[in-house]
Order: sequence, then C-alpha cells, then structure tokens
Amino acid sequence: MIFLRQLLFPLIAVIAAFIVGGILILLIGDNPIEAYRLLLGSALSWPDGIGYTLFYATPLIFTGLAVLVAFRCGLLNIGAEGQLYVGAFATAWVGISLAGMSAWFLVPLCFLAAIVAGGAWGAIPGILKARFGSHEVINTIMLNFIAVALCSYFTQYHYKNPGPIMETTAIGSGAHVARLGKFIPGLPERIPVNLAFLIALLCCLLVYLFLWRTKWGYELRATGSNPSAAEYGGISIRKQIIIAMTISGSLAGMVGINEVLGYRYRYYDGFSDNYGFTGIAVALLGRNHPVGVIVAALLFAVLQRGGIHVDGFSEYVTKDIVQVLQGTIILFVAAEAFFSGSFSKFGLLKRAKV
Amino acid sequence: MIELRNITKRFGSVLANDKVSIVVKPGTIHAIVGENGAGKSTAMRIAYGFYKADSGEILIDGQVQIISTPHDAIALGVGMVHQHFMLVETMTVAENIVLGAEPGNAAALDLTKASADIQKLSEEFKLAVNPNAVVEHLSVGQQQRVELLKALYRHARLLILDEPTAVLTPQEVEEFFAILRRMREQGKTVVIITHKLSEVLAISDEVTVMRDGRVVGQVQTKDTNAAELARLMVGREVLLRVEKPDADVGVTALSVRNLTVTHADGNKRLDNISFEVHKGEILGIAGVEGNGQTELIEALAGLVAASLLSGEMRLEGRDVTRLDARARREIGIAHIPEDRHRRGLLLDFSLSENSILGVHHRPGLLSYGGVVLNDKAIRKRADQIIADFDVRPANQDLPARALSGGNQQKLIIGREFDLRPKLLLVSQPTRGVDIGAIEFIHRKLVALRDDGCAVLLISAELEEVTALSDRLLIIHEGKIVGDVDPKVATIEEIGLLMTGSTKH
Repeated sequence: MIFLRQLLFPLIAVIAAFIVGGILILLIGDNPIEAYRLLLGSALSWPDGIGYTLFYATPLIFTGLAVLVAFRCGLLNIGAEGQLYVGAFATAWVGISLAGMSAWFLVPLCFLAAIVAGGAWGAIPGILKARFGSHEVINTIMLNFIAVALCSYFTQYHYKNPGPIMETTAIGSGAHVARLGKFIPGLPERIPVNLAFLIALLCCLLVYLFLWRTKWGYELRATGSNPSAAEYGGISIRKQIIIAMTISGSLAGMVGINEVLGYRYRYYDGFSDNYGFTGIAVALLGRNHPVGVIVAALLFAVLQRGGIHVDGFSEYVTKDIVQVLQGTIILFVAAEAFFSGSFSKFGLLKRAKV
Repeated sequence: MIELRNITKRFGSVLANDKVSIVVKPGTIHAIVGENGAGKSTAMRIAYGFYKADSGEILIDGQVQIISTPHDAIALGVGMVHQHFMLVETMTVAENIVLGAEPGNAAALDLTKASADIQKLSEEFKLAVNPNAVVEHLSVGQQQRVELLKALYRHARLLILDEPTAVLTPQEVEEFFAILRRMREQGKTVVIITHKLSEVLAISDEVTVMRDGRVVGQVQTKDTNAAELARLMVGREVLLRVEKPDADVGVTALSVRNLTVTHADGNKRLDNISFEVHKGEILGIAGVEGNGQTELIEALAGLVAASLLSGEMRLEGRDVTRLDARARREIGIAHIPEDRHRRGLLLDFSLSENSILGVHHRPGLLSYGGVVLNDKAIRKRADQIIADFDVRPANQDLPARALSGGNQQKLIIGREFDLRPKLLLVSQPTRGVDIGAIEFIHRKLVALRDDGCAVLLISAELEEVTALSDRLLIIHEGKIVGDVDPKVATIEEIGLLMTGSTKH
C-alpha cells in the first residue's frame, strides 16, 4: 500500500508529461503517437537502442545516488557535476601516469582515484557547512565552476593529446574496463555500455544497505529527518554532514569509471551532458530511493537515446522535445510537493489541539 | 448568539466533527472542553470560516449564515483569538490592531484616529495596553490583550478563544478572567476552548463537552463538577489526583553548581544556578515558560554548546560537565524533552526506528561487528516498550507522525525508561496529552521515583508540578527564586514567586 502510493506520483508525473508533450507535438503539426513510437522504439531496440540506453543510464544512476545520499541527510548537493569532473580527471590521471601497470593493480587504483577525488571534492562544502554553517547549495554550485575550470586547465597545459580536440592522452590499456559486449552475445563491443553499469547497480544495493541497515545510515537519515532530534539522540550533526557529502561526492566521482575507463579511455573536456544536474531530477523522480533511482535513470536514458532518433526521422519534432518531456516530468514531480503538502497539513490537523 | 447545527467535517478518513450541535446563548461565557482530537478547535474553526463544514449549518442571531472565510465571520461579529498569537512583533500595538482594517483613506493610514479608538476600547473593557508600545516588548499576557483588542476593534460580538490560558501565570489567568467577565457585562459573548477543568468551573456559564468528534454533553456550569466533566470527556472514571506515597529520599544523585548559560546574544538565560536532586525524589521546577527551563534541561542533557556554559554538573559525584549527549545517556541520564516533535521524535520514521534513538549504537541492538542494525532485537525491544507503555496503535511499523500526542509521548517515555536511568530529566511530560494518558504518565513517573531514580521535572502546568514534586524550586529570569514544599505552599504563593516577586 505504502509502496504503491510511493509509485503513484512518479507514474502520474511521467504520464502527464507525455500527455503535455503530445499536445505540444500535435500543435507543431506532427503525430504524437508516431513520434513517441519512434522515441521508444529506437531507445528499446536491440542491440543499439538498449545498449546505448544502459550506457546513458549509468552516469545518471551514480549522480542520482549522489543526490539521494546528501538529500537523506537533509542536504542538497548541486555539486555532483563538479564532483564527477574531478573524479573523471583523477581516474584518467592515474590511468595515464601508471599506464604500464598491470590491470590487476591499475583498475582498482583508477577506481580509488575516482572515488577519493570525487569524495574529497564533495567533502569541501560538507566541511564548510559543518564548520562555518555556510550553505551547501551555494558552495557546491561554486565548486562546479572551479572543478570544470581546473580539469580544463590540467587537460590543456599538462596532459593534452596533440590535435584540435581538448582531451588528454590515452590511459594505459591496463586501466580499461570491459564493455558488456564482451560477455553478452549479440551486443557488439562498439556499444560503450560497460561494467560500470553493473557497478552502478551494485552501488544502489550498497547505498540501500548502508542507509537502511547500518547504524551509520540510521544516524545519517536521522540527521536529515530531524537534526534537533538527532542531536538529542547523541548524533553529531556536523559529522553526519561531512560524511554524507563525502559519500555523495564519491558516488558522483564514479561517473569517471563509466566515462574514462569504459568509454573514451581518456579524459575528454566537457564530456558531461549535465549528468550532475539531471541526477537531481533522477533522485527526485526516484523518490530518493535506490530502486527509484534505477528506474528514473533508465527513463531519462530512454528519453535521451530516443531523442536522437526523433531528431533524425521526424519532420518537425526535434530532439528538444526530450528536454520538454524531462522538464515537464520534473515540474509534475515537484508539483507533488503541493499534494503531499496538503496531506501533511491533514496530518497536522489531526495532531492540532482540538 | 451562535448556533452550530449538525456540523459534520471529515479530514480524509477521520471524522473530526460528527453532527456537532452547539448553542451559545448571547451574553454568556461558554466553555468547550474535550481531549485532544475531540473536535473542539475544528468546530470553532468552522464557525470562524477557517474550514468549510461538509454538512450542517451555522446560525447567527437565529439566521442561517454562510461563513466561508474568516472575513465573513468578522463581518457577522465573530472574532477568534488563536492559541498562537498572530501578531507582527516588530509593529506597535496600534499598528497590529488596525492591520487589515486600517482607518483613513486608501492612501494614508490614520494612526492617530486608530490610537484614539484603541484607547477608548481599552478603557471600556479595562484592557490596559499602551497603543504605541512595540509588541515584542510586551509580556505574553499583554500580547493576549492586544489580540482581544484586535477582535473588539473589528466589532466582534462573539469572541472565540482557543486555549487562552496556556501561556499565562496564575495571576495573569485571574486578570484575564476578570477581563472576560467585564466583556460579558458589556454584552459580549465568549466561547473558550480549553482542557483545564478548574478554569471551566471558575469562569464559564455553560459547558459543552466533546469526545471523538461528537458533543457528549451540554450542561450548566453550576450544575456540574470536575469529576463529572472528566468522566464525560474521557468516557470513564478518571483519577484526577496523583496518588503517591511519601518519597524515600536517598543520597544526592545530581548536583549542579553555579550553572550559567549565556545565550549567543550575550544574555544570561541561566544565572548561577545551584541545586541538588536526590535519589528517589521528584524535584519540580515551576516557572513561567521562557525563564530558563529549556536551557536548564538542555544543559543537563548535554545539548548546550560548551562555549555557552559555565559551572559544574555532577552525577553521583562524577563530573559530567564536559560529556556530550551520548556519553551522558550512557552513564544513566535519560531525557524526555519538552517538545516531542522538535527534539524527541523522528516523525517520518517508524516507531521501532524511534524506539532506538539514542541507543542505536549499543551492541545489543547491532550485529555483524556492531555495524548492522539487528532487526530482531530492535523489534523485540520496540514491542516491549509499546506493550509496557500502552502505545496505540500497537504497530511498530507506523510512522511516529501517525500517532496522537499522548501515544507519541508514551513512546518517548517508554524509550527513556528503558535506559533504567539514574537521573531522569523530564520537561512538560503531559503537554498536549489527553487526560487518560496524563494519569498513566503520572503513575509511571512516581513508580520510577519509587525505584530510586532521581527525577527533575519541569512543567508549565502548576497543578501538575505541585502534585508530582516532592520538592519545588521556582525559577524566574534564569534564577532560582524559591524553594518550597509543595504540600505546604499555596498556588498563590508559588504564582507570586513565578512572577519574580521577592515577598518570600
């Protein structure tokens, strides 16, 4: 029952968004059913559609989880974008610097680099908030700019691959993460979906176990639910803020595994298609639950993949319709706050002195 | 004056008012009593246009009226003073009173006329307030008068007062009642929502008793008594007095020396306080709210930053001043906080998750090397607490939010009692709790005392603190101004000390 209610609003939001999008397509003078058929059909075709959809979903699962963990501690991490850049660059840096090393050592080291760098970048606003009370939203946004600029700087002046493209030299082959095509018959290896997708799923499980099954997760969630009560229960709020932001940053940093170790085999400047920001929508639509994050990330990936085809094959409708759909979904999900607002008002009434 | 006829109101699946009919005669003081959740406020908010009834009608002066907003209610001469005042603290009394009904033309506000009008009103009803004073500088009692004036200024003939005495000292309550009587003499009608039976008997002409959304009785005050009203409210016989044997006082459990808490703004909220609590006694602290009680209990619980604090606290001789909240709980200090929603509960968490707050790190509740929550142990403990303390509904998977105030409080008390504390800090144990649960909580507190625990009790309910305590300290502006025997001292004496009078 509770589970169904949790599902209801995201579902309504998605359906409503598709209806609004459909009306829009109709107004432009195209057939919405045809456009949607194209969109979903291309995103779910085998092997290209599904392969790319899973590839696009991978960074969104990581960033969705990142936002989720911070949110469960009552923090809004708008800095996943910066954290994933730092993580990606760090993993590339290790992959380049230790290129000769065997895969047995290099892959774990590269993973560690992504996790530690992302975590450190996330910890900065956490420490600033815990120590000085400065708001994490402002600091994470600012740190995004710094992260992107720093990575560009190091790419340009220290690790640049000669040529017109802003990218680093290649990482050692020992750092490569295998593509799923290697294991799945019928899925060509040119499709970049790689083991990072499975790692992302594993992270969902780990995040779930951490938050809901351990005492640390209990402390983190208690802080997010009611900091005064957490303090009363002997939980250090400052410590929880730093822990949550560090874990959040680490999860965002793991986008680098998918992007650098599994796809381009180098750091590519400006690679992120706003994954960090879309992660906020993913977490929101996924009700800040790991399972929800997987579903929401897949949905956004479908839209992203399908959009490319709608762009190419439909006469009037362009890829922008995907943005419209995403935006409308977020709008409707946000509107739920209004509904749940009236529900919570009802809750208050029940408790009010009568 | 006003009549509610068969008012029914549902909130979702909850029937808040079920065919409620109340007749309030003009020129009377009419009390509406009932436990929390009985539907008193809902009925009155419908009369004031805050909510719309699902069915039923409202008659004013015998005419059926549609009241869909507070504006309609005011136009018909109905005013309401809420439990939490709705005043703009940085504005003057006059500005607050005219807010929304400003005299003068659209462009210019005629505050001189407003002041004169207010002066006239306050003389008429002997509501002494300076129209030019800024509201934040007024006492709570004065602020309440401003609220009354606000309603009178809008020509209210009927005033609905929601729990008006909750924030007042005994002396202020007396003054307030005098004002109400004066208003009745001037022909006004007053409806007072309350759960304090002594006040009902002291002030009202008629009483309507509500239970579970229904009117279960409407009686003349002179024909009834406290026991009958309590029985109507709860639906069974209730013990109104606290039965307790004399305390078997042991050695000193807690000793506090020169405790001072300075607020971030530099004000001393607690000023050099020293006292002791012994094993097996309940030490009560009486005082008007906001005189340092919160700071005292939070300082003892380890919730005040060390930088704001000076002095010394010892539990059984051991210096605990530098220990944090977790460490203090570990050595046997339990804490039932004054505000259960803010401090005591994680409202969105389940009862079982709430039942481990503060002890969630103890090895007994964990498995796998003290990291993973041991569901089985936690559920067993939660079930035990729920059973021992009669928490209803007895479903530990419900969120704490779904429980009534009384049951939330019982859960907290159960959780803290389970620590087998040496010292229990308890603040407002029965605030917003219905009469049946109050009786239960009082019995539990006395039982804990009889087991040899030292109890420090803070309550704004003077009757509660005098009935439960074995010794009573009175606090005023962060200082202890009196130490009395509650069996001997009268309510008047204590009330006088609470106002800072040094007659004692």
